[in-house]
Amino acid sequence: MTSLHQQLRERFPDKIRSVQEQVTGQFTVLVNVPDVVDLARYLFLDCGARLVTVFAEDRVAAEAIFYNYYVFDRPGDPTWLILKARIPAENPSFPSLAADLPAINWQEREIQDWFGLEAAGHPNPRRVALHDNWPDVHPLRKDFPLDTVLPPFEGEQHVYRPTLGEGVFQIPVGPVHAGIIEPGHFNFAVAGEPILYLQLRMFYTHKGTEKLFENLPIHRAVFLAESISGDSAFSHGAAFCQAVESAAEIEVPARAQFMRTVLLELERIANHIADIGAIATDVGFVIANAHAGRIREMVLGLNEMLTGSRASRGMIAVGGVRRDWQQTQIEAIANTLEAVEREFRRLVAIIQSSDSTRDRLEHTGILRPDKASKLGIVGVGGRASGVDLDIRRDHPCEAYRHLSFKVPLYQAGDVRHRMVVRIDEVGESIDMIRAAIAHLPDGPHRSPAKPIPPDRCALGAVEGWRGEIVHWVRTGEDNRLQRCKVKDPSLNNWPAIVEAVEGNIIADFPVINKSFNLSYSGTDR
Amino acid sequence: MFKILQNSFRVGIATAPYPRVAPHLAEQFRGRPDFDFKGWSDARPAAEACPTGAIALRDQDGSRTVTVDYGRCIFCGECAEASKDGAVSMTRDFELAATDRRDLVLTSEYSLRPDGTHAALISSVVAPSAESPTRRIEASIQSLLGRSLAIRQVDAGSCNGCEQEIAALNNPVHDIERFGIHFVASPRHADMLLVTGPVTRNMELALRKTFAATPDPKIVIAVGACGISGGIFGTNYASLGGVNAVIPVDVFIPGCPPRPEALLYGILLALGRLRPSHRLRATS
Repeated sequence: MTSLHQQLRERFPDKIRSVQEQVTGQFTVLVNVPDVVDLARYLFLDCGARLVTVFAEDRVAAEAIFYNYYVFDRPGDPTWLILKARIPAENPSFPSLAADLPAINWQEREIQDWFGLEAAGHPNPRRVALHDNWPDVHPLRKDFPLDTVLPPFEGEQHVYRPTLGEGVFQIPVGPVHAGIIEPGHFNFAVAGEPILYLQLRMFYTHKGTEKLFENLPIHRAVFLAESISGDSAFSHGAAFCQAVESAAEIEVPARAQFMRTVLLELERIANHIADIGAIATDVGFVIANAHAGRIREMVLGLNEMLTGSRASRGMIAVGGVRRDWQQTQIEAIANTLEAVEREFRRLVAIIQSSDSTRDRLEHTGILRPDKASKLGIVGVGGRASGVDLDIRRDHPCEAYRHLSFKVPLYQAGDVRHRMVVRIDEVGESIDMIRAAIAHLPDGPHRSPAKPIPPDRCALGAVEGWRGEIVHWVRTGEDNRLQRCKVKDPSLNNWPAIVEAVEGNIIADFPVINKSFNLSYSGTDR
Repeated sequence: MFKILQNSFRVGIATAPYPRVAPHLAEQFRGRPDFDFKGWSDARPAAEACPTGAIALRDQDGSRTVTVDYGRCIFCGECAEASKDGAVSMTRDFELAATDRRDLVLTSEYSLRPDGTHAALISSVVAPSAESPTRRIEASIQSLLGRSLAIRQVDAGSCNGCEQEIAALNNPVHDIERFGIHFVASPRHADMLLVTGPVTRNMELALRKTFAATPDPKIVIAVGACGISGGIFGTNYASLGGVNAVIPVDVFIPGCPPRPEALLYGILLALGRLRPSHRLRATS
């Protein structure tokens, strides 16, 4: 297969300013921002590439310029292509691609809000990442101090579009919800029971995370990465560490790669089991959740034994992991997995034996495959709707290249199949962990610390339990960071919920929402 | 149906007997870091390693004040790792909740050698509330709410790590309902707000409204390092820091996130349902 950057060079010889491969397998193509439209169209229409994320960087102080970065991925191609588009500071504007690529609708608006770069031609250019009542500030510009104290906010947080018609009314829900979940606002327009239109308002938990990364010493930044989405602490930590390791050319010892793989898969198992229980609860089958909660505790107890924390926090480090495992800990993995597998099989049998549960889950909240790929849905929600993506297989990092596993794929796209994907993945993960500990290499668990060179850029990507997690870093002087971009899979997947609930009864919203189980904090940062 | 019942009987009772009996915790579990202030020869490596500023130094005129704030600590263990003199060690203590914010802060003062290491310990304060009366929840409120408590959980900006552990209180292992405590869907039905943080600018109004909607008398608990102090996020353009920057807090539960037993301890402490002598050590 000709690589994407070569194809671009042949097709647009006069538009490519340079191609760099600072990190093996990550090609950065420098272009002028007006050319992005043609190049991106060519990449996704003719080359079958997919736009993973778009983000900006303020380089005004250093180069009198902003950059937009467009990260592309093509199925079957293990390399990444990053279009780096020059945006002159005196004309802070870039052409919007959101009309063609709804997947980046929010991400382009995020750039507008945080950097003050206009997404020209955006179909819905309203604020997204800062609420309407924020003053006119752009927090990710370098001249905006982190500790700026903003005056009290006044006015509406967000003006919703009216939904009109006979018998149509709107139901506002949130940001404080009924369950133990995160804050967000849902505005349902309904006529009778079916949902006509759902409007979302997120970013209630925006806490300045990407700004906090700037100028942070890297050894502290690892802990901030763990706090992007608490249920994916290890996955976010891993994506961050991989990005830094690539940037600084730090070799991760084989043993650490295997240990990381085990912990990533344990995170997947714990969360998938919790979700399966929660989906059952949302259709009234509570006993399944009681068992799921019990099984999940076994996994969390194992996490604690392996890392000192039930959420596997404080374990990952740049260059490996912080603590090695003794033989007794490795034996505990095998023993716990055996019990988890046995109990999990019983749980699945109980759920599948209940016809009424199946009846509620089947044909509920359908996300059609064509919509899913158009919206750029990733992870569990994508794989239940025919989107065949999995970073573990497509861009194998850590020990994944040494392990064989199946990526489940279904076309039905309903709540039941999002649950079935999880059930399949728990089984695969258990097998992968067994294989990983059977082949756990000897040797060091962490490479010796070394200074991290400044001005190096790199991408890190991990298939978290929810979907692909991408971090992009630019290192700075003195072992610090200049920029860290965080892309949680939730950011892609919210539009899937809007799509999936349409026409469903409002009483099924909780189970549809839970079947995607997106992270508000991962979205809002 | 028969199979479902059969499976439940097979499993038996899954509930752990905490707080009557100490929980089984892994040897590796990282609880409260312990500070041997007398033997501490240099606090700088620990302060440098601490990702949240829970260990803070102030050097002035040849002396150094060291402040340790368990309300900021995320229990990562970096301070113990960095202090080569062994003066900082990780324990498995998790019952850290306090009714007075000051009880989570330790201070010590050292005279310094020219190279910046500690020459001698001048003073240390390890239980500030012993010097001033600790703010306690009124006994009348405790007797009113103590036997049956309704909790409304509010996420005011957390990373959802605390939510995971709070949700675990409802599973059969921790089973908070055995204490007559349950989670409710509306602040209007609640006696207690269990709030995680940091409080973001975007959640400030919602938190104030939720507090106002909760009928008196009410108890507010701030959960986790972020709920107590803003934690790793601190205060910035988007974060107001801890919950008590916005509404009054009665109990603070440290942790990142606090494990379910630590949450239970804090909730029962708020209700006056623990004996004053209650102090458990983990077993493994």
